[in-house]
Amino acid sequence: MLQIKPILAALKRHKAGTILIAMQIALTLAIVCNALFIIQQRVERLSRPSGMNESDVLAITNRWVAVNDKDTASLNKTDVQALRQLPGVADAMATNSFPLRGGGWSTGVNLEPKDEGKPAAQTTLYFVDDHALAVYGSQLIAGRNFTSDEVIVADPKEIKSTPQVIVTKALADKLFPKGDALGKQIYLGGKDVPSSTIIGIVKQLQVPWSGTWANDFVENAMLLPAQLTGTYGIYLIRAKPGQLESIAKNAPETLLKTNRMRVISGDRAVRTYEKVREDAYKNDRGMAILMGVICLILLAITAAGIVGLTSFWVGQRRKQIGVRRALGATRRDILSYFLTENLMIGIAGVVIGAGLAVGLNLWMVTQFEMARLSVMYVLVGVVALLLLGQAAVLAPAMRASKVQPVEATRSV
Amino acid sequence: MFSYYVQLGLRSLRRNPVLTALMVMAIGFGVAASMITYSVFRAVSGNPIPEKSERLFIPQIDSWGPKYNLPGNEPPYALNYVDAVALMRTHQAKRQTMLYPIELSALPLGGQSIPFTVEGFTAQSDFFAMFDVPFQYGSAWAAADDEHRAAVVVISRKLNDKLFGGENSLGREITLSGHNYRVVGVSENWNLKPRFFAAWGGTSFGNPSDIYIPISRAMDLRVDTAGSNSCRGHIDYGDWDGWLQSNCVWVIPWVQLDSTAEAEQYQQFLEGYAADQQRAGRYGWAPNVRLRNVMQWLDYLHVVPQESSVSLLVALGFFAICLINTIGLLLAKFLRRSGEIGVRRALGASRREIYLQYLIEAGTVGFAGGLLGLLLTALGISGVGLLFQPQIARLAHLDITLVGLTLLVSIFATVVAALYPTWRAAQVQPAWQLKSN
Repeated sequence: MLQIKPILAALKRHKAGTILIAMQIALTLAIVCNALFIIQQRVERLSRPSGMNESDVLAITNRWVAVNDKDTASLNKTDVQALRQLPGVADAMATNSFPLRGGGWSTGVNLEPKDEGKPAAQTTLYFVDDHALAVYGSQLIAGRNFTSDEVIVADPKEIKSTPQVIVTKALADKLFPKGDALGKQIYLGGKDVPSSTIIGIVKQLQVPWSGTWANDFVENAMLLPAQLTGTYGIYLIRAKPGQLESIAKNAPETLLKTNRMRVISGDRAVRTYEKVREDAYKNDRGMAILMGVICLILLAITAAGIVGLTSFWVGQRRKQIGVRRALGATRRDILSYFLTENLMIGIAGVVIGAGLAVGLNLWMVTQFEMARLSVMYVLVGVVALLLLGQAAVLAPAMRASKVQPVEATRSV
Repeated sequence: MFSYYVQLGLRSLRRNPVLTALMVMAIGFGVAASMITYSVFRAVSGNPIPEKSERLFIPQIDSWGPKYNLPGNEPPYALNYVDAVALMRTHQAKRQTMLYPIELSALPLGGQSIPFTVEGFTAQSDFFAMFDVPFQYGSAWAAADDEHRAAVVVISRKLNDKLFGGENSLGREITLSGHNYRVVGVSENWNLKPRFFAAWGGTSFGNPSDIYIPISRAMDLRVDTAGSNSCRGHIDYGDWDGWLQSNCVWVIPWVQLDSTAEAEQYQQFLEGYAADQQRAGRYGWAPNVRLRNVMQWLDYLHVVPQESSVSLLVALGFFAICLINTIGLLLAKFLRRSGEIGVRRALGASRREIYLQYLIEAGTVGFAGGLLGLLLTALGISGVGLLFQPQIARLAHLDITLVGLTLLVSIFATVVAALYPTWRAAQVQPAWQLKSN
């Protein structure tokens, strides 16, 4: 049924068109595979959970002006108290950073006091108080929360550790794979740094960074009961349900009323958590959308190219089609001739294209921080392009099958 | 003849509206995608200081040792305070500065309004001459001001407009984070893209700086860095002075070396310095220094955002596919008119004329595609801000060169794409065509 030999003979007479279509399919496959892969990677990152209950959270970045570093502790305390008393605020705290903020502290953790060598785990440090879990809306899965007596005031240049810490489950499992982290001692520095005891384990909290470099420790976070001095700080606020919008307006005003000597300005100074997440992943989302749009246009253009060239071939061969029809070929035969022809070109194209796709990916792996392309993407791309080719060729092929045998007797 | 062929081209385009639309769209989309990504790429990958990039160097010294160094035993990106001061004190380079980014708050005069944040750098007096900072009023502070730890400041034109309404503010005082500074210079709004000297530790594509103060004064006032601070191993500093003595790197040095000989000399000096430190027992490893110029430094830090290079690549591939598509469609279009070509050839048209006519026809397709591409580029560039972070998005803008480039690229590309189909058209044998008719 398949008329491979005559098709090959015919294609030999249309080398240029054949090569062009095959090339187009090959390049499209190479680009679409890689683009889909990039999209999937970005979307995977976009949907990583922060570990917080993200609704109703507001972050305010505050900078004291003309204030001595040492005095900021009491000023921060006054601020937090003012915020907690605001109607509509469920809870609030002062901290150095929070998940997806974009900047923060990271350090190595060890199981024994040592200065050298690779640490047992990398983690981010969140300096918080006993209200942290309520503000995050995170679950403690073992142990207890900090008490208010445990919260100390510290200079960021001097603090090395606190006696108690709460860690995320990911960090606990990394340090103590047997799952017995609770109550264990860990070390945040060298020999003269006192140890810290893990008093609680929280289910999940992400690091402040969304970049790929933090992928290895994306859920390794540690809470320390300390309020840092310094002119630069962050207030993280949990609003009561439905109150977020009014809090976003009232909280900065309240702070300015409490003390005027501060800066809360810039488009990142007051952000709802929704905005924080949007900012953190804006480039990832942009990339995914851009790739998606390019893929769609690319597929459309490739399909249009196939339609154009096949229409031309059909037009060129009307007479021959008429002769075949007159010699007894059915409409089905004509239709299947063009479909088979396209399939053959398509197969040649996707074979080259699969090679190109893998090659392009391997090259990008060496140039950029990019993962290896999985074979699934190539397979899906191959099937999609072959189907696209068949769909594109259908209309011209149908037209070809409607050619009347009588055309054989007409001149072109 | 030219205008006649253009007319013929237009007529032929009208004859096959679907095929024409396909070609124009393919070129339009292809050109637009390439131009949008190129405009971002152009902004981020350019040489920020072309006339001097070969002569400005950043010295690096291994202060961490093989155990803590960056992959490939690369020394840290910046210097610790002790090494930075020692390097500057020897004054081996003709011009030199150390710097770090700062963020202070400014208090407008008059007292009623609320304070706001200003970003800038601490530096030394050579900074301004080294990086060719243009001035509106005044000039850089003198080298003596560095020594005397003077409370002086250079502010940007933007800040001057905000604080002093654009007047000549030389000699007036401003208050930054509670301390007074005397204005000695007002710089024009000046922002290098990328800001190579703070490519590590600061931001390469940040807001323009508003203030510059002497680093010696900043040390006295203990102004902390607003950029990165990277430490290794046993972190034992307990206070400000401890931090200055620690292995934490945060000071960025730059030197100007006007010839290869000077650069080689400086490289030797760096090695000598590191060897001295090893002999003195400060470092327990062999000298490991680097001296990179501006472009080498940007390259080493991969300053071009990954997003923009990946999307440029994809866009170029996309454009290539669009061109292949155009070749195919032009081939179909031209060969469909074999009969017509045969008649023209039989009536005496030379191959040259066939070439000319069909290339011009392709050119009109390219022009139409370019116009569509221009429209899509403009649309796309206004949409970049929706998709990407502002620091990337604001780099993309439509200017005359981009408009010209879009049209030129689309016409040129289409004409190149038309070469093969035109060649095929010119090969048409008049006799054969006439006979078969």
